[in-house]
Amino acid sequence: MDALDLARWQFAITTVYHFIFVPLTIGLAPIVAGMQTAWVMTKNERWLRLTKFFGKLLLINFALGVVTGIWQEFQFGMAWSEYSRFVGDVFGAPLAMEALAAFFVESVFLGLWIFGWDRVSKKVHLASIWLFALATNLSAFFILAANSWMQHPVGTVYNPETGRAEMESIGAVLTNNTLWAAFPHTVSAAWLTAGTFVCGIATWWMVRLVRSRRPENVETARTVYRPAVVLGVWVMIISGIGVIWSGDVQGKLMYEQQPGKMSSAEALCTGTEAAEFSILAVGPLYAGCEDVDHLISIPGVTSFLGTGHFSGPESYLPGVYDVQEQYTERYGDTTAAGEPVRYTPPLAVTYWSFRLMIGLAAFSVALALAALWFTRKGRVTDNLWLSRLGLLAIPMPFAACSFGWIFTEVGRQPWAVAPNPTGIDAVRLLTERGVSTAVPAGVILTSMIVFTVVYAVLGVVWFRLMHRYTIEGAPDSVPDVSPEARAAAGDDDADRPLSFAY
Amino acid sequence: MDLALLWFVIIAVLWTGYLVLEGFDFGVGMLMSVLPRGSKEHRETERRVLVNTIGPVWDGNEVWLLTAGGATFAAFPEWYATMFSGFYLPLLIILVGLIARGVAFEYRGKIADATWVRRCDLGIQLGSWIPAVMWGVAFGNLVRGLLLDEGHQYVGGFWALLNPFALLGGLTTATLFLLHGAVFVALKTDGELRLRAQRLASGLAVVALVVAGGWAVWAQLAFSVAWTWAAVAVAAIALAGVVVATRARREGVAFTLSAVAIASAVVLIFGSMYPDVIPALDGGTSLGIAEASSTPYTLTVMSWVAVVLTPLVIAYQAWTYWIFRRRLSTRDIPASAGLSWQKIKDAAF
Ligand code: HDD
Ligand code: HEM
Ligand code: HEM
Repeated sequence: MDALDLARWQFAITTVYHFIFVPLTIGLAPIVAGMQTAWVMTKNERWLRLTKFFGKLLLINFALGVVTGIWQEFQFGMAWSEYSRFVGDVFGAPLAMEALAAFFVESVFLGLWIFGWDRVSKKVHLASIWLFALATNLSAFFILAANSWMQHPVGTVYNPETGRAEMESIGAVLTNNTLWAAFPHTVSAAWLTAGTFVCGIATWWMVRLVRSRRPENVETARTVYRPAVVLGVWVMIISGIGVIWSGDVQGKLMYEQQPGKMSSAEALCTGTEAAEFSILAVGPLYAGCEDVDHLISIPGVTSFLGTGHFSGPESYLPGVYDVQEQYTERYGDTTAAGEPVRYTPPLAVTYWSFRLMIGLAAFSVALALAALWFTRKGRVTDNLWLSRLGLLAIPMPFAACSFGWIFTEVGRQPWAVAPNPTGIDAVRLLTERGVSTAVPAGVILTSMIVFTVVYAVLGVVWFRLMHRYTIEGAPDSVPDVSPEARAAAGDDDADRPLSFAY
Repeated sequence: MDLALLWFVIIAVLWTGYLVLEGFDFGVGMLMSVLPRGSKEHRETERRVLVNTIGPVWDGNEVWLLTAGGATFAAFPEWYATMFSGFYLPLLIILVGLIARGVAFEYRGKIADATWVRRCDLGIQLGSWIPAVMWGVAFGNLVRGLLLDEGHQYVGGFWALLNPFALLGGLTTATLFLLHGAVFVALKTDGELRLRAQRLASGLAVVALVVAGGWAVWAQLAFSVAWTWAAVAVAAIALAGVVVATRARREGVAFTLSAVAIASAVVLIFGSMYPDVIPALDGGTSLGIAEASSTPYTLTVMSWVAVVLTPLVIAYQAWTYWIFRRRLSTRDIPASAGLSWQKIKDAAF
């Protein structure tokens, strides 16, 4: 493997890994904030117990999101320096804004939340978790602004003298229609992930407690975990609708902006009207689209996703061949090394990742419906199958998110910055031109090995801690240590030990 | 004022914020096995005091680094690209250190188990020592200059980065951070620990005066310009002041002075780089501020963003330092809230 392949693998591995933790943080932070709000408003202790329980899981997860994110910020310059030179004038801005506007708020107010239970008033403390939740979602906006610009460059001109992209309008970069589809899609997918997580864990606990048959346990199941199940279900329903709606918008944009991605997602050789959505295709996808048999398909659905029409001339979608021909004419046919450019991303990856992204959501749907049914009208249940479904469903949206990104990013190939066919298409960069030229392959291989080992260890630790804290469950009772409660109890001892310390 | 120059100054300010704030985090981490004394249990409690002095703030401190990195990318793409690809291996080592450290801080208290805690402490210490040394090595090389070709690619190789001047730079940052951390512990704790930290700090200040002074004089004579002698003088006075202030038990003053010493080092570094962002070495090409910078449009946008947000960030970050201003001592530390790996809560299933 040369430096380019290694850098690509390294980017893919580390970014997908970062994005395991990201969706849970983005979705769980507002859920925990919501739980704490419920406690402050209703004074019902169950919400405080749930806040503490899911708050711990959030913190364990957040730590890995942070440390894996640090590498993300630096790897553009380290492994993709030529890319950075080309795009820096545009791409650096949202990155810097993300740090200034979101990361500072995130880290400072999370610190206040963790250690501040007995230091600041209830309102300020509640505000700090909301600020944290808001900032995690805001950070998604800025980083997606950067990514959406790579998918669909806007607000930019190409300067032939320096050979670089130059920003003309930050407004255009931040109002990119690709961004305003990808942001709701990514965030609602993150909320779906967190909703499934909360619902799955609470379901498992509810069933476990009810099965113990001890009245006090059944009572806990009813008063503490059942509300969490219901909360999780509603988050799933609302965000699920958001995911589908925004995914549909993205499909239409993709058809305009990156037709090659669409046709390769369907492994469609030649253009056609009323394109079918194939559910199962067999054959050598890795070799191209020729010998692929689409065994099961739903008529017209792919056309609808791309164009809004199931059939007729408006439903025409180009095929892989059409795109290849059109792009070769427009953007040339040889790479830097003099080899022919393939304007088709790897079909097997795009085809399957697209299907898995959508298909894996079925687990969340099943869990939401089943949980809604079994908890109807205040019921709790001892149904083991429901509890198993709860556990099984938890990892699925995480995987769906990863496949979504793999589809988006692999489908963009061979471009790092895809040409914008509806605007100025002079701003474009092949992935192979983006890699650092000053860094030898051996060095990248070294860092890749280091990261694989470090991340593997961290993954095991993360899983064991999440698991350990999950089976510990919500604390039995949580004292209210807020300054208000202390004042009310006449406890004004300034020298008392901290209520919480690492 | 010229926008590119303004951004050169802003980047220097961001690095100052980072090195001053995370400098004492590093120092506290480096002192984890140095300061605590007494019985095994007592040492563990003292280590927890240390961890908790920075627990609520360390992540916010680290974001200064992310901001410096992001701002360099936005304002000086060529600098970001050349420097980060050129420093690939040193940065890799730093980042692995920061990763280990962050995880160890957050996970240390999650499990109440001696082996677990020992491993986390190892992570904290390695993760503090390594970056503390490596940042100095990196900045030392920027002061000295790098061998760049005409396309602004670094062509010197990894081993050339480990030259004596840069290595002394690494020793300098490590000593300064150790001192800064000791002063911080004296400022933030009470009782035995505070006294020990004070004594250590006044000794370390003398060491820092020698090591950092040696490096600064070398930098001045070999690589810098006349006016940065002023920064060197300020740093020397500040370090001498730390000795006096810690002896007089004026920890607030001592902390301010050690922060001033670190800030002066940044002034020296950036002053000697000016008007380049990467000076040339051995007849190679240098990378100038103007060449490396973004277009005026991007710089204008970023200036507005920085002008609006930076004061806000400083305000709320300072406010949380105020909230957590109370000194900690071993009496403040509650029993560990961590779980045991083995013993699961008895819920009578
Ligand atoms: C859609 C959301 C999203 C995406 C696509 C990415 N991230 Fe991320 N990132 C987050 C959402 C996020 C987050 C939810 O905001 C995190 C997770 C945990 C945290 O602290 O914030 C985070 C953490 C995080 C941190 C640490 C922040 C801190 O110390 O507080 C950095 C430096 C980055 N990210 C940088 C990146 C870069 C350069 C990416 C592009 C390759 C990237 N992230 C992809
Ligand atoms: C967390 C979400 C993301 C995931 C899971 C992801 C995934 C991937 C994957 C799998 C690749 C490799 C594709 C290939 O080489 O075939 C890749 C490449 C790349 N991605 Fe992303 N990406 C994410 C977010 C981003 C963001 C937000 C940016 C920019 C801000 C970005 C920039 C890049 C770049 C520069 C490459 C270059 C390497 C290449 O194209 O091969 N990615 N990404
Ligand atoms: C009906 C269901 C869905 C449709 C029609 C849909 C559509 C799409 C499309 C077209 C893209 C690519 C955008 C581009 O490359 O420009 C995408 C990306 C993505 N999808 Fe989905 N999706 C669906 C369900 C899901 C689910 C269930 C999840 C996760 C729980 C998910 C997570 C993602 C993520 C994380 C990305 C990458 C980020 C982005 O480009 O927004 N999607 N989706």
